[in-house]
Amino acid sequence: MSLPLVMFLAFVVATLGITYWAAGRSSGESAYFAAGRRITGWQNGLAISGDYMSAASFLGIAGLIAFYGYDGFMYSVGFLVAYLTVLLLVAEPLRNTGKYTMADVLAYRLRARPVRAWASISTLTVSTFYMIAQMVGAGALVSLLLSDSGIGYAEAVTGVGILMIVYVVFGGMLATTWVQIVKAVLLMSGTFLLSTLVLAHFRFDLGALFDAAASVSFQSNGATVTQNFMEPGLYFKPPYGALDLISLGMALIFGTAGLPHILIRFYTVPDGKTARVSVFWAMLLIGAFYIMTTFLGFGAATIVGADTITANGGTNMSAPLLAQALAGDVFFAFISAVAFATILAVVAGLTISASTSFAHDFYSNVLHHGKERKPGEEVRVARWTAFVVGALSILIAIGLGPNANVAFLVGLAFAVAASANLPVIVFSLYWRRFTTRGAVWGLAAGLVSSVGLILVSPSFMGIDGPEVAEGARRMIQASTWYPLKNPGIVSIPLGFLAAYLGSIFSDEPSADAKYVELSVRANTGLGAEKAT
Amino acid sequence: MNHWDPIYQSPDYRRMIGQKTRAVVVMTVFFVVYYFALPVLVGYWPDLMSRRLWGNVTLAYAYAFSQFLMAWAIAYLYMRYADRFDRTTARILSDVSEAAQASQGGK
Repeated sequence: MSLPLVMFLAFVVATLGITYWAAGRSSGESAYFAAGRRITGWQNGLAISGDYMSAASFLGIAGLIAFYGYDGFMYSVGFLVAYLTVLLLVAEPLRNTGKYTMADVLAYRLRARPVRAWASISTLTVSTFYMIAQMVGAGALVSLLLSDSGIGYAEAVTGVGILMIVYVVFGGMLATTWVQIVKAVLLMSGTFLLSTLVLAHFRFDLGALFDAAASVSFQSNGATVTQNFMEPGLYFKPPYGALDLISLGMALIFGTAGLPHILIRFYTVPDGKTARVSVFWAMLLIGAFYIMTTFLGFGAATIVGADTITANGGTNMSAPLLAQALAGDVFFAFISAVAFATILAVVAGLTISASTSFAHDFYSNVLHHGKERKPGEEVRVARWTAFVVGALSILIAIGLGPNANVAFLVGLAFAVAASANLPVIVFSLYWRRFTTRGAVWGLAAGLVSSVGLILVSPSFMGIDGPEVAEGARRMIQASTWYPLKNPGIVSIPLGFLAAYLGSIFSDEPSADAKYVELSVRANTGLGAEKAT
Repeated sequence: MNHWDPIYQSPDYRRMIGQKTRAVVVMTVFFVVYYFALPVLVGYWPDLMSRRLWGNVTLAYAYAFSQFLMAWAIAYLYMRYADRFDRTTARILSDVSEAAQASQGGK
């Protein structure tokens, strides 16, 4: 048995232990959906970090920086600054007025059924897109990291899928939270160790690291190219690079505060103040992590080199290969296990957010008007949904195959969250005139426009040359209609506009009348759901 | 008579909402402008942003790094404000609950 596999199994055993422990404490609605609302501020800060920092961040951004230098770091910036939107506008009022899902906040003043139905569709869309991207990535990556152990793509996807189903079905939010906390600790320590080793390699002289990054050489089309990785423009290129950057930035800054799997984390703490404190903790951790992506990326570019990384699995392998170059096989195995933990914590968060929204919003409130026919029905439906969501994800990821071009799905998830979810959350909390029609229009327009634009964007549509592998070809082989890879710059304003127009073109005295109650609840925490 | 209206109308609450809105709007506008200046500058003035500040550290890199400090600073500032609002809230709520007990209102 290879060393990475041993470390993977150690993590699996530890998390199954957590799940066993949590399973005994997860009976009852608020225990299952919200971990009894007894997670503390720093614990939730860690869990938010664990929920948020995906393998796309850990391996993907490190790889982008290793191959394109500065432009990759632009992602890092957006991922942290986005939390200011969460902190200033969303976290506390959401905790104070909601129960289990983001739709709770909307349904407070508005007519519950249409609003919850649309919010649930949007939540499931965001979570599914994000999940498919994670699962395909997980399969490719785990099979690569465990290639010595003979584990292929399909086995890796199935393994990851089964684990996340077990965490969520049996351990609910409590197990998910602690898996995320363990992962965050592992990720932060792994990244810190790796960064320290990179700096030690340059004798703790930052200038020397930057000097090395300023002249990075690699092979391109048979010739040796030397580039300055401290300068922008190697990844985002004209004519649309600048607009694409702005569009991506908009999706990150406004989308994070609309990601359902992040929002439900705020229901796991006792009160609004703790929700706020947990965002602050999360910002410290997430910021520290994303600053360190520079060391990982530049380290991989200068110490390992793009040629070696390309020959050993491509961009995503930058960080693990860096670990191997700096400290050998044991450290490679550890960093691989960190990547594995990272994937599992994120997919577990996505599974529970999808199943909570389906059970609480769609099943209970849309289909059964908010009345449980039998006690415990909502939790039972959520457990089954988690199972179905997990099983479907496994099948879709296996069907797509390891070469499928799915990286754009993460960007799309942020774009839908920013265009559909954020406008209606912000309006329902802060705009008295907001109505049900505004919410439905906003959710629908944001969702349809971001997905529609992606379908006609270069991520999905375009003419591939004969050199592109069968599984990696784009779905529509025709010239692109929308030139950017990121729909946010168009779809976010559209989402806000539709929510605004829908409200202006309708009149809902009951929504207006309930604004006073919502405002007082949101700002004071009066009548908020208590810890159990 | 519900117990939301008296709070909503109370001068303390109105004043707190005013301060809170002002603080949040100012901070939000500031961070949005500060953040989007990065892709705009890098995207449209790459030569300017490639200028070296010291050693090989470019203006682009320094500005990107400053975003982390900016985000932390605003978050810290907001936490300070929010603590003040918490104290105001606690006072408003205790006033209301005394009034409610006097008249045997809600919880």
